[in-house]
Amino acid sequence: MIEIQQLKKSFGDLLVWEDVSFNIHDGETMAIIGRSGCGKSVLLKHINALLEPDSGKVLIDGSNIFEFDYVDKRIMRQKFGVLFQGSALFDSINTFENVAFPLRYFTNQTEAEIRDNVMQSLEYVNLENAADKETSELSGGMRKRVGIARAIVLKPEYIMYDEPTSGLDPKTADEINELINSMTDTLDITSIVVTHDMHSVLEVADKVAFLDEGKLSWTGAVEDMKSSDHRELISFIKASEYQI
Amino acid sequence: MHYLNELGKYSSLLYQALRSSTEFSTYRKNLFQELVKVGYDSVPIIMLTGIFTGSVMTLQSAYQLQSAFIPLSTIGAIVSESILIELAAVISSLVLAGKVGARVATELGTMRVSEQIDALESMGFNSVSFLVVPRVLAGILMFPVLYIVASVFGIAGGVAAGFFSGQVPPADFLQGARMYFYPWNVIFGFVKMIVFGFIITSVSCYKGYFARGGAEGVGKSTTDATVLGCILVLLADFLLAALLL
Repeated sequence: MIEIQQLKKSFGDLLVWEDVSFNIHDGETMAIIGRSGCGKSVLLKHINALLEPDSGKVLIDGSNIFEFDYVDKRIMRQKFGVLFQGSALFDSINTFENVAFPLRYFTNQTEAEIRDNVMQSLEYVNLENAADKETSELSGGMRKRVGIARAIVLKPEYIMYDEPTSGLDPKTADEINELINSMTDTLDITSIVVTHDMHSVLEVADKVAFLDEGKLSWTGAVEDMKSSDHRELISFIKASEYQI
Repeated sequence: MHYLNELGKYSSLLYQALRSSTEFSTYRKNLFQELVKVGYDSVPIIMLTGIFTGSVMTLQSAYQLQSAFIPLSTIGAIVSESILIELAAVISSLVLAGKVGARVATELGTMRVSEQIDALESMGFNSVSFLVVPRVLAGILMFPVLYIVASVFGIAGGVAAGFFSGQVPPADFLQGARMYFYPWNVIFGFVKMIVFGFIITSVSCYKGYFARGGAEGVGKSTTDATVLGCILVLLADFLLAALLL
């Protein structure tokens, strides 16, 4: 379980958000939504301590990750798989090696075991035929899927998706949403999805946290969001529907 | 204030690199790749730099020292001493600030703005150990080797230029070179190259590692790394000469 308590972050004089608190239970998919530039990705990077807050705590299974020393933080991060906005694939190596990368450094697996695990991860994302492709040959959707394969190869407890459907056509975005649902169901993973794509939220999320004007403006179940009378949230949802 | 802030971040990065230099298993593979990129891949440009430096120096010295009272071996002595004590190290390092420094800053800058460094950290890697330590170590280890290449080809270029221009016979050139050869000058050249290798690679790593702002940011970090690397090499050259000679 992830507990976010009273988190505050600013860059210099610019306050990103403050007083952010919510919980993510095991097996849930939490969507963090809000307008561009409201600090969704910044919040995501606090959940595995890639960034440090000005104040507040993130508790993972009861332990405050900001009190961990550097080695413990690195061990904690291995519980997380992360899909970055631009996929963040290593462009000096091919698809297979990108997925194999964490296995080579963090496990003592033999070459045959690495191959099996990589191919299994690529099969999950329907890219078993793209193993030998260079990353420069992959389309946007394929890059996202390779990013997901790399994120799950160490069998993490949590996956964080940063704008998983941004820049994709609607059909490919739907495939990614299906993939996120399939990851949650098949691998029993807790997921955190940062997005401003309301279609994606409705497809994948159990709960929603809405960031607005430097604070956590609303949080609750997706079903409650649909019937909420929260003005800013309604305005945000309507703007998204209008775009559709 | 801005410069103090930059100095603080640079020192902090070096401290992290020093602390993580014990994690050999993390950067072993990258170190061997960097040794090849910094050392082996730079040999052709350093050979050319050495040959032309020695050749031009010989022709200019012969032009300036045209006198019946100055033996021709003096030209060999001046050229070889200048190459060993100054030119092989400084000119090579200025060239390497462009070749190695720009590459390192661009690689790390691109990795930063495309979130590849965040991806490494989020997997549990120590990105400083993985990316910075092998590049700086490769600079420290390979620059002295490139100094040998630059010196040998510089003197060879001088001999060739003297011979083909008909102004200095090889025997006279080499006699002068041997007569005024001091081993300390070579040791001084090695010390300089170790310092220059450290400066160029660490500054480039710093500029690339903290790059921000997309393609323009990477371009700026590359330019800054090259310019700052060159300036610091010249400054360090002066300080080392003042301290050690």
